[in-house]
Parts: sequence; structure tokens; C-alpha cells
Amino acid sequence: MAIEKMTAARFEREVLQAKGAVLVEFSAPWCGYCRRLAPVLARMDGAAGTPPIALVDIDEEPQLAERYGVEVIPTLLLFQNGEHGERLIAPGSQAQVEAWLKKEQEA
Amino acid sequence: MEHVYDTVIIGGGPGGYAAALYCARAGLDTLVLEMMTPGGQMCTTERIDNYPGFDEGVDGMELGMRMQKGAERFGAKTEYAEVTALDLAAEPKRVETSAGAVLARTVILATGASPRELGLPEEAQYRGRGVSYCATCDGMFYRGKTVAVAGGGNSAAEDARVLSKLCTQVYVIHRRDALRASRAEAAPLEKAENVTFLWNRRVAGIRGEGKLSSLVLQDTKTGEESELAVDGLFVAIGRVPNTALAKGQLELDAYGYVKADETTRTSVPGVFAVGDVRTKPLRQVCTAAADGAVASKFVEEYLSTREN
Repeated sequence: MAIEKMTAARFEREVLQAKGAVLVEFSAPWCGYCRRLAPVLARMDGAAGTPPIALVDIDEEPQLAERYGVEVIPTLLLFQNGEHGERLIAPGSQAQVEAWLKKEQEA
Repeated sequence: MEHVYDTVIIGGGPGGYAAALYCARAGLDTLVLEMMTPGGQMCTTERIDNYPGFDEGVDGMELGMRMQKGAERFGAKTEYAEVTALDLAAEPKRVETSAGAVLARTVILATGASPRELGLPEEAQYRGRGVSYCATCDGMFYRGKTVAVAGGGNSAAEDARVLSKLCTQVYVIHRRDALRASRAEAAPLEKAENVTFLWNRRVAGIRGEGKLSSLVLQDTKTGEESELAVDGLFVAIGRVPNTALAKGQLELDAYGYVKADETTRTSVPGVFAVGDVRTKPLRQVCTAAADGAVASKFVEEYLSTREN
């Protein structure tokens, strides 16, 4: 599976109205931490236990960033039935992302 | 029987992957443990101009990936896992990770360093809410705004230079009356019209409702306090070595760096330290890579004495 960039319309359809959970990363091309996180998400993508991953570029979709109060990137949110739980901001390791995801999935 | 590696390298920065390259080429069964992305601190910089061989500079993340590929071409393996505990005295040595335990006859510590924090009680609450430790990462959030940089070394000068191109006003807050940064780093700042130096001052407090809006500055000579309105603070006051896991198991210096000379040998036989985590006069990509090469020689030496 590839990690696809969302427009507002696709976000509505493929994240908010999705049948299952979707992991969303808010990021931007100029963000150093985001670049460092990208290979981590690429490795996790498609692995057992990882939901589909979607990307929101906060420069291209500022209203989505604003709607979810994203002030720092990278921010990760897990959406289930149109709603999200705790956010994960600028994780320092893959283990941290996995632990957060597990907790969110069980919530 | 559990697998026992000849060497396990903790950290996939330039020191770690240089060690992996040399160890793998020497025929050693080599594993690198990386918790995030190969390259370490290099990942947050888009251009490295002082690693020889790249006449037009090289992207830090690309250099990290290439170092990884180079080592893996000769058989080194990478496991993406976070180390949670170490037993360096055991035989074989035991490394507990988020993906299970790893056993190895030797350990190379290549854990690097992280940005030093100011040490203010309120600092953590403003992290990501006005306080940042990486100008190249977060600078864009402050486009057209007023920011301060705390520090006077090369990283502070580099941060101030990056920010001066984005921000309306940049204050450089330094506890001395001159920068420690090299001429090459400091010169562009002295020319920039929107950079103001606030000498002999330190950040004594952070204020703001949920988000940073001003700093409390203390004059380092008179002790007098003043307030400075800014939208962001970039902390660049040096780094701290990532040695928490090794504490109490081998000798560290007063700043927490692993004591090891040019041989990279630490106070524990079979344990080596390379790159920024080691006591050394200059911490650069190129000196980290050099450490990695040297470590392989002494890992081999250690292993050969154990066989006889």
C-alpha cells in the first residue's frame, strides 16, 4: 500500500467515512522531523496491525490542519468512525509510534 | 540456542554505519539497532557541506541512507528497535530492545547526542508551543514573526542564520559578550539587519497563555531581569550525550560522555564508543565515521584474543 496525500474532499471520503481506522500524518515537505518519520511510516505501512495511512500536507490543506488544531508537525492522529483520540507529536522512535497506535486501537 | 552476533552497534548514525561497514567487511556478524531512521542527527539537516567528497554538499538524510546501504552491501543487518536496557558485563553482552533481546560478543555504542534543554521547570509545557530545538525543522512556523535563539555556538549561529531569512526579527541571547561560533558561521549574522544580539543574558523564564508570548531574561552580570516579547524560542545551547542506558556500567566523564580514547575502547572490555557519544575534541560527521572505522580494528582484536 502506498501512503497517499489527501485533499479535503478525499479526506472526507477516505478518512472520515472510512469503514475501518485510518492513521493520518499531518506534515509538510520542509519539516525535518517529518522527513525523519517518513521512512518509519513507510516501513509500518502494510504491516500486520497497521491501518491504512494517509498524509495531509498542512501547506496544501491549511483548513484541515486548523480543523484538527495541528500546530506542530509531524502530528499523528488515528481516525475511527470520523473521530480521533490522543495525538502523537514528533515521535522519537518507531517503537513510540507502534505503542501509541496500539493504545489508540484498543481505546 | 539464541543467536549471538559478533558485534551489535547501537545507533545508525555516521559512527554506527561506518563501524558496521568496516566490521561487515572484516567478516564479522554485524547488527545495527536503529530506533528511527538511519543518519541520526544528520537527518535534520538538508545540507552537509563539511563531509569530504561531496563538493556541492549532501542532504543529511540521503547520506544516512547511503551509509546504511553501503554497510548492508557487505552483510551488515539493521533492526529497527529501541534499546530499553543493557547488560554490558554479561557474556555474551545482552541488549534488551522493543523487539526482544539481542546477544552479542561485543557492543559498539553509537547513540550520539540530543539537544540540551534550558532546564526550566516550564520548558516541557511550551515544547512545540513556541519552544523548539531545531530551526531547520520548525523555522517555517515562524515566518514573518519575531523569534529568539538561545546560545552562542555554531548551532546557535546556524539557527539564527536560517531564521533571519524567514522571520521579521531574530534576537540572539547569549550568556557571554561574544559568540563562540566560527567566523564562517558568525559573519553572515553580523551583516543581517534583522538580527540583534543580546549579550550577557540568559533565558530565566518562559511566559504565555498556553503558547509562548514572552521570555524573562536575566542579565548574567547584574542579575537584573527584563521581559522580551517573542513568538518563538529556539534553544541551541549544545548537546547532551545519549548515555542514560549505559550509566553505572562504564566510565563517563563529568558531562556524561563515554570515556574512550582514539582506540574507541571504553572502561569495559568488549564495549566500544564511537561518534558524538565519546569523549573527543571535535564532533562532526567525518570524525564519527573515522571512529567507526577504528572501532572495527579493536573489535577484531578483542574477538581474536577471546578465541585463543
